[in-house]
Amino acid sequence: MAKNATRIQGFVFKGLTVGATAVIVAMLVLVVGNIVTNGYGRLSWDFFTKAPEQGMTAGGIFPAIFGTVALVLLMTIAVVPLGVLTAVYLHEYAKPDSRMARLVRVAVGNLAGVPSIVFGLFGLGFFIHFIGGGIDKVLLGGEVAWGQPAIIWASLTLAVLTLPVVIVSTEEALRAVPNDYREASYALGGTKWQTIRKIVLPHSIPGILTGSILAVSRGAGEVAPIMFTGAAYFLPYLPHKLNDQFMELGYHIFVMSTQSPDVEKTKPILYGTVLVLLMLTFVLNLLAILIRSRIRTAQRRAR
Amino acid sequence: MEITGRRNKSQRDFAMKGSPGENIDTAPNAQEKTPSERIKISVEHLDFYYGQTLALKNVSIPIREHHITALIGPSGCGKSTFLRTLNRMNDIIPGTRLEGRVLLDGTDIYHDNIDLSILRRKVGMVFQKSNPFPKSIFENVAYGLRIGGVRERSVLRDAVEKALKDAALWEEVGDKLHTSALQLSGGQQQRVCIARALAIQPEVILMDEPASALDPISTAKIEELIQDLKKDYTIVIVTHNMQQAARCSDHTGFFLLGELVEFDKTSNIFTNPADKRTEDYVTGRFG
Repeated sequence: MAKNATRIQGFVFKGLTVGATAVIVAMLVLVVGNIVTNGYGRLSWDFFTKAPEQGMTAGGIFPAIFGTVALVLLMTIAVVPLGVLTAVYLHEYAKPDSRMARLVRVAVGNLAGVPSIVFGLFGLGFFIHFIGGGIDKVLLGGEVAWGQPAIIWASLTLAVLTLPVVIVSTEEALRAVPNDYREASYALGGTKWQTIRKIVLPHSIPGILTGSILAVSRGAGEVAPIMFTGAAYFLPYLPHKLNDQFMELGYHIFVMSTQSPDVEKTKPILYGTVLVLLMLTFVLNLLAILIRSRIRTAQRRAR
Repeated sequence: MEITGRRNKSQRDFAMKGSPGENIDTAPNAQEKTPSERIKISVEHLDFYYGQTLALKNVSIPIREHHITALIGPSGCGKSTFLRTLNRMNDIIPGTRLEGRVLLDGTDIYHDNIDLSILRRKVGMVFQKSNPFPKSIFENVAYGLRIGGVRERSVLRDAVEKALKDAALWEEVGDKLHTSALQLSGGQQQRVCIARALAIQPEVILMDEPASALDPISTAKIEELIQDLKKDYTIVIVTHNMQQAARCSDHTGFFLLGELVEFDKTSNIFTNPADKRTEDYVTGRFG
């Protein structure tokens, strides 16, 4: 009797695991399928190259694509050097158990856990009001040029948000550099700096690249950090200065879904925009996975 | 090449006056031809700690110029640790500490003024596991020169060729210098590492079980190579393989549990050891 009960329990449990897995797959298929079927028809040359028209009920999304690319580009320029330098300090210079290194690691870990809206508020308070406002007050005598939402502040806010991604993946890449290489370099009279520059960093570049792409893909999908710091509802021009505002895909989706004057007309555009954003992040993630797997096999071969 | 920028005179004077290590050595044997009896490295009363653990106890060894000095002993006896004290490679391991002195041509290499880069260019090293960089053969061998500031293509090319010839590798790889060193066989990779160490023209070469991961033919080649290198370099070799020590070396030190049990001419160590423990080890009774 008892044996039979155990068997039933086992059967039920297996059923639960299969069911849970099926639910996940079904949800992904539903979400992606819904977006693709509804958005696919909207994709056209005009959709990619034209600006929104008639209160977002017609036209394309070119300014949002342009803004997104410019935003993540600026973000990358800020976050990659900062993140890589921090990771090199943590892994190459700091003593493994030093209080400083542990403190920085805890800080990085917590930074990754902060809700993104908090980063948005931080950007508004720190970058726009404190730094931007400070520049206006001290250098421009009160004229408002930098103390307002702008692409530079939004990209810096995103850089803070994606910093942990870059630091963690760079550290992982540094850890994967065999210690034998470092010892060989030291034994040939290499200084620490020469060893890092000529041996450690070149060997970690694929890993650093992977981290950067993941950071870009994460940054491209975030809305909350940029809605206070630079993203605009609609702009008749493209951003061409660092203190211009900009349109962005994620924010465009938010605006169209909450503030459209004609929901029925906006809907296909909305689906199309979501599809573009989704493809962008998928492609970036795929790229990161491909690079990562190539490094792994290369390293296995080297061993 | 001077290791230090500023040196203080009294320290220089301290050099080369009979060291306490001297007394464990036997008198020069008339039958053996020894090119030079000058002491290149004199290690005096060396204690070495990993954290609280004493890894080397009061080790004193004179290492003679243009001789091959072999260090034997069971695993964990401290012979590799000792070798790494000679070019301060242990410095990169956190929590290590050293007492006593290591004199290279009379200069204490643990003095504060020592420039580690210059020291390690004088005292080169070949590791147990061949560790060529994931670069071309040429770039591997040229690495030490490049970081030493050599830029001229022709100088680099000549130095690489000479080093590869000295490492008995030129005939095998001379026509494929720009392929990855990782594509070579294990024995060839190890000789690339030797060539890499030779390229910067060190005075001393430390070898940490250079042939332990190689097949017998590659091992024979490396051993032959070591004999050839002796005329230009002072060689210290750590080995697991007692036949290797007996075949290659002029002097042998036997380490056990962090102590130098015996140091003598190789022939004496293997035929007429003074210490019972050495005898047990070399006759294969343990280890």
